[in-house]
Amino acid sequence: MRLGYYPGCSLEGSSREFDESTRALLKALKVDLVEVPDWNCCGASSAHALDPQLAIALPLRILALAERAGLEEVLAPCAACSNRLLSAQKHLRDHPESKAEIERAMGLGYEGTVRVVNVLEVLGRLQGEIVAGLRTPFAHRVAAYYGCLLVRPPDVVRFDRPEDPRSMDALVKLVGGVPVEWPFKTECCGAALSLTRTDLVGKLGARLVRDAVQRGAEALVVACPLCHSNLDLRRPAINACLEAPSAIPVLFITQVIGLAMGLEPEALGLHRHLVPVAFAPSGAAAGRA
Amino acid sequence: MRTEVPESGLGFSRPILEPALNATLAHCYQCGKCAAGCPLGGEMDFAPYQIFHMLRLGFPDLEEKVLQSESIWLCLSCSMCSTRCPQEVDIPKIMDALRSESLRRNRVNPKCRDIVSFHRAFLDAVRHAGRQNEVDLVAGYKMRSGHFLKDLLLAPRMFLKGKLGLKLHRVHDRTGVRALFRRKPGKG
Repeated sequence: MRLGYYPGCSLEGSSREFDESTRALLKALKVDLVEVPDWNCCGASSAHALDPQLAIALPLRILALAERAGLEEVLAPCAACSNRLLSAQKHLRDHPESKAEIERAMGLGYEGTVRVVNVLEVLGRLQGEIVAGLRTPFAHRVAAYYGCLLVRPPDVVRFDRPEDPRSMDALVKLVGGVPVEWPFKTECCGAALSLTRTDLVGKLGARLVRDAVQRGAEALVVACPLCHSNLDLRRPAINACLEAPSAIPVLFITQVIGLAMGLEPEALGLHRHLVPVAFAPSGAAAGRA
Repeated sequence: MRTEVPESGLGFSRPILEPALNATLAHCYQCGKCAAGCPLGGEMDFAPYQIFHMLRLGFPDLEEKVLQSESIWLCLSCSMCSTRCPQEVDIPKIMDALRSESLRRNRVNPKCRDIVSFHRAFLDAVRHAGRQNEVDLVAGYKMRSGHFLKDLLLAPRMFLKGKLGLKLHRVHDRTGVRALFRRKPGKG
């Protein structure tokens, strides 16, 4: 299976392990990733906060390049990137009159043939292959944390359920994990305030970590680089808001499934987390065997 | 007798929002669901539904309060409010428009200048390289905000984990990307 790939900037930097684990896992699942040529930043939160026009134009350039490269589907593992790409597509559907002007600015045409998919969607399609490749079940209780941008706004992303999504829980179960029922699945982590209002990111993260720990989760599982860095890199700020500091690790869903399929922890970038993955990763033994 | 409400609201100023967006303010019936679900509702100076009411009254002094509020910059664009809004008001889109206008009229709340500095540093870095390089972003933010010591202890830990790449990632067609920036994000 051939699939377009838009890693986005975070996956080249602070969330390298999301890129590494996505590539390693999809390779094991026999998916060929074709990177969108000369891709640019999607603009993330900053473009739409300051310049709504730019927030449409930046993602459209990426989609136009993907289309020119003959890619019908593009996987954007970063939830913010996939959300921005989908928002730009919705904008074009709602305002077809703006298309010509943006195309002129880009110097590229865009017919709108590219489908944008997130990592949970792609893995959901590959359940048969995942089960066939299972080595050691990931036998841990985890809190599947979706954050905002994978499921909201529902009319933009058209994915799963906005209040109580299940797709990641289903993947965790598929590889032997036990997802806890908890009410913070789609609460915001503080997103782009990480650098400027670290105090608020600590406060919001503390609500998530506290509840996950109280429900007996051994790890938080995410599918968004911003969720990950706010829960992992920002753990000191979170712990400052907690009654007892927590060392609960935060894993990407691609790492969880990769471990269960016997991939090497190193190949999945597990060593890059600032909060160490403390429980014995159940896939590690099989990976080395 | 039925009171005709002029398109500009009850007040005297021209609406801040474009007409289509401004019309959606009238749908809000002040139920407060936006404030209840907002992760930062407790930190905001005005809840979203209060902002809408202030805007639709149309009095210039209330509009000033909105444009100078912390709320518009604290909004995380998480879309919890709009997902739950029974009247389907596109609250994040309204917040985006208010931020743009607050910047344009130079009304940014002094407590929120750092947030604006961050967004500007972010867009500067993208305009420069076409992609976001976190080292660029943090350096740009520190220059703009003056918070030179922020996260000084985090950087070496990130570097050791391979999370702070020193290689500059750039697109080839940087002219093509720059053409998309129609106006300068400005100073700050």
